Amino acid sequence: MYDTSDIRKGLKVLMDGNPFTIVEFQFVKPGKGAAFTRTKFKNLLTGAVVERNIRSGEKLEPANVEERSMQFLYKEGEDLVFMDESSFEQVSVRAEMVGENADLMKDNLPCQVLFFNDRPVDVSLPTFVLLEITASEPGVRGDTSGNVTKPATVETGATIHVPIFLKIGDLIKIDTRTHSYVERINKS
Amino acid sequence: MTDAVRGRVVAVDRAGARAGMALVRTARGDVEVKHAGDVEPGDLVRLAGRGQPLERVRPYLRGDYPTPDTELARLARRRLGNLVARGKAMAALRGVFVARDFVEVETPLIVKAPGLEIHLTAIPAGPAPGWLITSPEYQMKRLLAAGMERIYQVCKCFRAEEEGAHHASEFTMLEWYRAWENLDAIEADVCALVAEVARAVNGEPIVSVGNRRFDVGAPWMRITVAEAMRRWAGVEVAGDEPAAVLADRVRAAGIDIGTATAWDDIFYCAFVEKVDPALAACDRPVLLVDWPVPLGALARRKAEDPRLVERFEAYVGGIELANAFGELVDPLEQRARFEDDLAARRERGREVYPLDEKLLAALTEGLPPSAGVALGVDRLMMIVLGAEHIRDVLTFTSAER
Repeated sequence: MYDTSDIRKGLKVLMDGNPFTIVEFQFVKPGKGAAFTRTKFKNLLTGAVVERNIRSGEKLEPANVEERSMQFLYKEGEDLVFMDESSFEQVSVRAEMVGENADLMKDNLPCQVLFFNDRPVDVSLPTFVLLEITASEPGVRGDTSGNVTKPATVETGATIHVPIFLKIGDLIKIDTRTHSYVERINKS
Repeated sequence: MTDAVRGRVVAVDRAGARAGMALVRTARGDVEVKHAGDVEPGDLVRLAGRGQPLERVRPYLRGDYPTPDTELARLARRRLGNLVARGKAMAALRGVFVARDFVEVETPLIVKAPGLEIHLTAIPAGPAPGWLITSPEYQMKRLLAAGMERIYQVCKCFRAEEEGAHHASEFTMLEWYRAWENLDAIEADVCALVAEVARAVNGEPIVSVGNRRFDVGAPWMRITVAEAMRRWAGVEVAGDEPAAVLADRVRAAGIDIGTATAWDDIFYCAFVEKVDPALAACDRPVLLVDWPVPLGALARRKAEDPRLVERFEAYVGGIELANAFGELVDPLEQRARFEDDLAARRERGREVYPLDEKLLAALTEGLPPSAGVALGVDRLMMIVLGAEHIRDVLTFTSAER
């Protein structure tokens, strides 16, 4: 069983017989009351999102789902084709299952594909992916609000905000949990 | 020297229309200056005045750091701006107390008997037995027994495992007490303080939460806990019903209470589910008054209804800003409540702390009728500056220590 301190994005739990993944959570605590985790759960089968306040001390049941290591092969229309790294079996999943991260997927990317009752229901990318910048305007001066960043396109087509000093050809590390720039990687 | 520039280079142009220009981040903002080609992003530079060459004071040591943007990203300009505004707000805050004849005090942060409230966990601090305070209330009440009348304190408090958009395990608390006065005086203080700090920073008594603005200078909405629970959760709360009865009423209102069995846990299941979002939706600041006895903590019972205590909480845009008590000064009832708290902590498997006998001794000597309040300074800064996350108003977060 999980308790509220185990709650994190992507945790898979079973509620009312359905597998859910946690998509968002927030710590709330009334000054004189118990701590709660205001949690949004996405039903892995229907995509429906429900919100529940889990009081500290309550338990969550882990979902009995299987995660398999699979390699991303190629895009086929609206589908993404993966291959099991041990059995070489191929499966197609709908691109929408991957969400906005679909534009960070490069051929041969090792992913975790989640199966519930032998059906692929979710795809997790590695936390970080390394991609090359293929297009970006030179830094524009005068934009002095907040961090100085600019949009850049990477080889898989995603647009990522990067520090102003980066240029085409730079290799960057992207956090797939936030779909955002982490740091520049020195090519060696 | 009016044209002097000093700061860190954030970008350098080597080609194009702006070639030969560098963008320098200074304490007053970003400035574009000419360079002679020998500066790089990350360098510390100084320009003595108009027409003078840009001087590299310290080159950025490449290789020591992953990328030159790291430190700037961590304390971005908006956050540095917030810290400057925070300094201004703190000066205004102290001015409010000085103008009202309060004395600023400083009590210990390391104590032998931390707060006993059931839902707080103190952080141990040597030498044992010692903990960091979760609130300075026990020590400040001893000062009331010693004869001080109007006291305030700004200090760090520490609560283990509390991290979130409105919580930091190390945070800044403002507490103040008025001996020989009642909760009405404290209520007036809270409203005036928030308005004056907002005015000092924003020029008007306006604060914001998300993209909503609140006039904190106008009268605040007052609602009792019983009315809030009735109106927003559909649950009747009297304060003297058994936990099982409250549980039935909360469940009947369609609210899941999970495995909760304690009165306060059941109450807060309904509160967090229904009242919190309703408070967040209110377009005025709210004072939530007249709390039921089971949530009485260190508040005294109301003379006209012993099922209620003299306590209010202040909310702006759903952010819980302050909690105030007409202080419990009866040493026997205080000891009994402490014993109840200890029993509840034991029962729920929480760490059990020593009883603060020094506070009980002070109550035995006698405290005048008093009222006091604790206000979260970081949360006040959040609404004054319109910050969405507490980290935006902290100098360094726990992850940045």
